[in-house]
Amino acid sequence: MKKSIEDILKECRELAFDLKFTRSRNWLKENPKGVVVGYMPIYFPREVIHAAGGLPVAIFGGGDRKEIIKGDAYYQSYICHIPRSIMELALDKHLDHMSGFIFPSICDVIRNLSGIFRQQKIGKFVKYMDFPQNFMPSIGGVFYQQEMQHVMDYVTELTGKKVTNEDMNKSIALYNTNRSLIEKIYDIRQEFPWRLSITDVYHIVRAGTVIPVEEHNAILEDVVEYMSGNVGIPQDKIKVVISGAFCEQPAVGLIRAIEDAGCYVVDDDYMLGSRMILGDIASYTSNGLEAIANSYIKQSQYSSSIYDVDDPKEHRLAKIVKKRGADGVIFASASFCDPSLLDAPIFQNAFNKMGIRYIAFQFSENINQYKVIKEQVGTFSDSIKLWEGEPA
Amino acid sequence: MEAQKERSMILQKEMVSGLFNELGRAKETGRKVCYTFVPGNLSELIRTFDLLPVYPEINALQSAMRKKSAGYIKEAEKNAHSEDVCTYVKCDVGMMMKGNFGPTGEKIPEPDILLLSYTGCFTFLKWFETLKRLYPNAEVIMIHTPYQEAGKMTPEMTQYMVRQFREEVIPKMEKVTGIKYDEEKLKYHLNLAKEAQDWIAKIFETTKHKPSPIDAYFAGVYYIGPINIGFRGTPEAVEYYKALYEEIMERVRLGLGPITPEGEMKEEKYRLVVEGPPNWTSFREFWKLFYDMGAVIVASSYTKVGGVYDLGWRHDSTRPLESLSEYCMNCYTNLNIPQRIDLLSKCITEYSADGYVTNSIKSCNSFSAGQLGMMREIEDRLEIPVGFIESDLVDPRYFSYSNIKNRLESFFQMLEQRKKIVKTETV
Repeated sequence: MKKSIEDILKECRELAFDLKFTRSRNWLKENPKGVVVGYMPIYFPREVIHAAGGLPVAIFGGGDRKEIIKGDAYYQSYICHIPRSIMELALDKHLDHMSGFIFPSICDVIRNLSGIFRQQKIGKFVKYMDFPQNFMPSIGGVFYQQEMQHVMDYVTELTGKKVTNEDMNKSIALYNTNRSLIEKIYDIRQEFPWRLSITDVYHIVRAGTVIPVEEHNAILEDVVEYMSGNVGIPQDKIKVVISGAFCEQPAVGLIRAIEDAGCYVVDDDYMLGSRMILGDIASYTSNGLEAIANSYIKQSQYSSSIYDVDDPKEHRLAKIVKKRGADGVIFASASFCDPSLLDAPIFQNAFNKMGIRYIAFQFSENINQYKVIKEQVGTFSDSIKLWEGEPA
Repeated sequence: MEAQKERSMILQKEMVSGLFNELGRAKETGRKVCYTFVPGNLSELIRTFDLLPVYPEINALQSAMRKKSAGYIKEAEKNAHSEDVCTYVKCDVGMMMKGNFGPTGEKIPEPDILLLSYTGCFTFLKWFETLKRLYPNAEVIMIHTPYQEAGKMTPEMTQYMVRQFREEVIPKMEKVTGIKYDEEKLKYHLNLAKEAQDWIAKIFETTKHKPSPIDAYFAGVYYIGPINIGFRGTPEAVEYYKALYEEIMERVRLGLGPITPEGEMKEEKYRLVVEGPPNWTSFREFWKLFYDMGAVIVASSYTKVGGVYDLGWRHDSTRPLESLSEYCMNCYTNLNIPQRIDLLSKCITEYSADGYVTNSIKSCNSFSAGQLGMMREIEDRLEIPVGFIESDLVDPRYFSYSNIKNRLESFFQMLEQRKKIVKTETV
């Protein structure tokens, strides 16, 4: 390992919540011909921006680290928190080094936020990325390629770079490595969750969304090496999967509280975008956009924003629970999050029938009082640890 | 007081009752049933395949007007549906759980097709995921409508939709109905749709008259009924809109204002443009708050939810599938925020509105997210008084009469004050 785990974790903690996006500002100084492009959750094919000479940077809102003053003037109280904190970041010039902004098709709120960015003329370009809900490669796949091409055109117009096949394949390969290393971390944790806490994993994965992929891959390699050793002490905790927190992010304190209350989180959808594509994307083709489109259509993770025509999400989550050997699921939805909350009855009705244990709660990115949630999670853990298998 | 009904209201009621009667007899007549939504509704294609349409959100709003929605919502919430999501969905799911008896008391048949032309609303997508699980035998047909994110419909967006029609939608409809796709029949319906669109555009333009002969929001929601719930593309709809137009022009000739549930409005004091859907649970009270103050709505965004015809777009039978595609993309909630602002600004200017009111719906982010920014932009651009109220679609818990009344009274005072200032400046 080139750096100690303590140094890596410290660096990732700082990067993950650096609301000034310092690393990308410095990157811009180092790459004066480059552009920084901000993208919102859940998923965006970062390869496209990377190949075009840009740096993709995720914008996950202000969390519990940014006081909202101006953003509240744009959103009613019954709308989730993330758009107001993104507006606050934009209006406070935290995003002023970003040339463009991408709003993936998550929900009506993020879609309409793209319109507010357009109206406010924030950035040199604003792109609402309409992911296909048709999953035929010849129809939805072609449309998706066109959407990606628009993004690439926006970026290359600014960078002046002509993107070659080689550029695309190289970018795809780098992100393949990135996803593969992240999955390796989750695979190790599945068996040895005490080797690195979920909070640390969260910081590490989130840090990767605001720095160049090459740097993140180096960090991940060190982390994997560290976790491959026999480190940490096992504790008596149940294993759970977290589902529903794919866009607005819970505060780190809440992520920590779940493990403190007696649960090892062996899988989650906090940073779903970084893990959206399952397996590698073909990195040796003559059409990189087609390869990315095919991967989205054929090998993407389920998401509350993708119409699950032939592959119901409840069965896919159940498979993850089984694969990870989890004892149950914690549904953590951001307050007023339509995609997550509208999925709740589907998951819960199915899990009642399948006999998968779960609890559900709601959070908001800026709430840092979670005593009630901690008690709820603790009770869930105890009910499985202490009374599982007891006669009725 | 008994509502005074215009002839058009009676005609519409007959059309809707007729549809529900046909739905009630669908099993015996063997007709296939298609559940679908108002925005991006494909009436002409549905008719081409002789399907009977069911509109879950129309059932929900009618349940609310008949005071049944609270019970249905409660039923859905007992089954893990959140308090904070679209109340149309919960009302529909609750209604199904209680036996699926529609607003008129007729049992609504199960769907043979779930046709999701999801236009400008993500909740539609989630809604049909829920329905798919409740009706596992129904054929699910999804047509993805690209959003007008850059403020225009591009040829590639249209092509994407046309290919979905050709390769997925039509073959699945043929499979379920056993009817072969007949493009000439579709063209026939598209021509009739265009005629109805011409009439309805003219009807909503009559509010340029002073006094306005109609209320383009509260009465407007009745006027858009036939064109939005399955009658677009029929001779009946053309006849209905033609008759309605003549009726309204007679009011213009006589210099009459709109008809309210309590009779004819005597004095038009304020002309308003309203953004957002109405509240359905207290629709009458809600309307009264406006007409009691002499306020007439001269244009509303909600009446454009099933299609924007103000700017000249019409169905075109020479490009049938392209035309269906463009129709879907051109519904109000599929327009981006700057387009919405431009459209509303145009209405305010061309219809000589005195003020702009946003009715923000708690459980409808498709409309509500961004409304505050839109309001601010319109206020800055046109220097016009703006008002803001909050309610919900079909959940009576979120209609607070006193709050809305207080806010509207302040708004009307502002309008009054402004009128005095303008008058003084003119003198």
